[in-house]
Amino acid sequence: MTARWRWPLRVVAFGYLALLVVIPVGSVFYRAFEHGFATAWDAVTTPDALHALFLTLIVVLIAVPLDTVFGVGVALILARHRFPGSWLLDALVDIPLAISPVVIGLSLILVYGKSGWFGNWLAAHGIQVIFSLPGIVMASAAVALPYVVREVLPVLLEIGTEQEQAAATLGAGPFTTFRRITLPSIRRSLAYGVTLTTARVLGEFGAVVIVSGAIAGRTQTLTLFIQDGIENLNPTGAYAGAVILALLALLVLIVLGGDPERRKRRWRSPSDQFPSDSETPSLSTT
Amino acid sequence: MGLSVPALGGVPAGRGRRRIDRMIGRVAGPSLAVTYLSLLVLLPVAAILSRALSGGFGAFWQAVSQPEAVAALKLTLVCSLGVAVFNSLAGLVIAWVLVRDDFPGKRVVGAVIDLPFALPTVVAGLTLLTLYGPDSPFGVNVAGTRAGIVLALAFVTLPFCVRSVQPVLAELDRETEEAAASLGASSATVLRRVVLPSVAPGMLAGAGLAFARAIGEFGSVVLISGNLPFKTEVASSWIYSLSQSDDLSAAAAVSVVLIAISLAVLIAIGLLRRRFEIDETV
Repeated sequence: MTARWRWPLRVVAFGYLALLVVIPVGSVFYRAFEHGFATAWDAVTTPDALHALFLTLIVVLIAVPLDTVFGVGVALILARHRFPGSWLLDALVDIPLAISPVVIGLSLILVYGKSGWFGNWLAAHGIQVIFSLPGIVMASAAVALPYVVREVLPVLLEIGTEQEQAAATLGAGPFTTFRRITLPSIRRSLAYGVTLTTARVLGEFGAVVIVSGAIAGRTQTLTLFIQDGIENLNPTGAYAGAVILALLALLVLIVLGGDPERRKRRWRSPSDQFPSDSETPSLSTT
Repeated sequence: MGLSVPALGGVPAGRGRRRIDRMIGRVAGPSLAVTYLSLLVLLPVAAILSRALSGGFGAFWQAVSQPEAVAALKLTLVCSLGVAVFNSLAGLVIAWVLVRDDFPGKRVVGAVIDLPFALPTVVAGLTLLTLYGPDSPFGVNVAGTRAGIVLALAFVTLPFCVRSVQPVLAELDRETEEAAASLGASSATVLRRVVLPSVAPGMLAGAGLAFARAIGEFGSVVLISGNLPFKTEVASSWIYSLSQSDDLSAAAAVSVVLIAISLAVLIAIGLLRRRFEIDETV
């Protein structure tokens, strides 16, 4: 392309990003602190707001480890063990990506709700899933289920089993082999998978709104608190809540690390696909 | 079949361990995984299908052919398709600038593209409502209109559209373009005959992912669309309001239609990927 197209293309690209992403996100920060920091602080330290924040964090603390263990387990199974129907397991893991979160929430109600398949049994044992914490955790864990598998599996397939076999030959047990050989090789993709999972669980709305009942101070997560604030005239609370959620999501990205280069690497020839930990990620300097 | 970890079997002293490893690998591991998957996903999805058809096919058809359901499904499909097409073009331009152009702050632009991914959908909806809602500083109010839905969908699907094209563009051999140009091809011809054919599979994959995401989108749309029946009510909000009024069978029926559409799209992407040997991007 000739140089005369450079500026028009830049204007289109930056203009679109600015109007769609940068200015809108900036304006939420502006709105949150429009009436001063104290007002925003007051709006997110009400009992309902604090409860929503704690509930969101509790859900993250339960759902993310569950999905991580499941994700690594399934990735190991799919990469190392062939059994009848393993292709089916591979395909089924992706279901949550293909289904609307609202539908996932609804589907949980149909199994664990009052009129659901397990409804009578759960009621008889005094367990409430829908409209309480277990339901919220299940909905969040369900929507975020595929991320760890999808990040870890390609790397496991890529690194092969030679080193693991060597470790086993030298007398290492399966757990030592996993801890000393497998885990270090998948570390980065695992961190990225956990990042995606956490971001998704933190911000999940559609699946949670339907199973939680959104009762303020009881089953209202931070995302539900924000929506409630907008619809019931507590905009400052909503904006401040949105800022907290956005900052939490950014924190997760920074601590665990996004890896934009990863996608590029995967499209290359297999010989240079191996992700080494010494490689510093930088965004497409090509 | 055969042994999955052959070397373990080769260690004479490792017989017991081999058995334990096989048990973990073949029985305990898969069973636990399948149980978890069943409790969270498989049983619930089966429950949707069973509930949708619990009143017979007649009841199912009635639920999905009801005017409000048809309007919601149609709106969802049209908006999602439009956004997928438009965002693929915008994504190509943005990816082009990121790959071929050089400017300070490239990393920041890269992070901005991933922002819609990290940002909770409700926050995304709120950000757009702030700037393009009733209190818009630009005087543009799209709240309660279809333009608002398109805007929200464009926001959440942007990363798919950029990230699917970017790697292909980065790998593209510039020599072919230069050769074409030196043989007298205009930039438009180079774009049409050299660049577009190479990036088309990536663009299509991105558009497919964006479409699949858009038809199920709820959080970002719900605040800005206002959920006006027949006007700005998308399929997922219709399912939500059905479930709120305890009409779970109708909600399940509409869900089945949505699931069928996204599965069809994702299978199409899968076939496309296999054909062009593209690995998954997101």
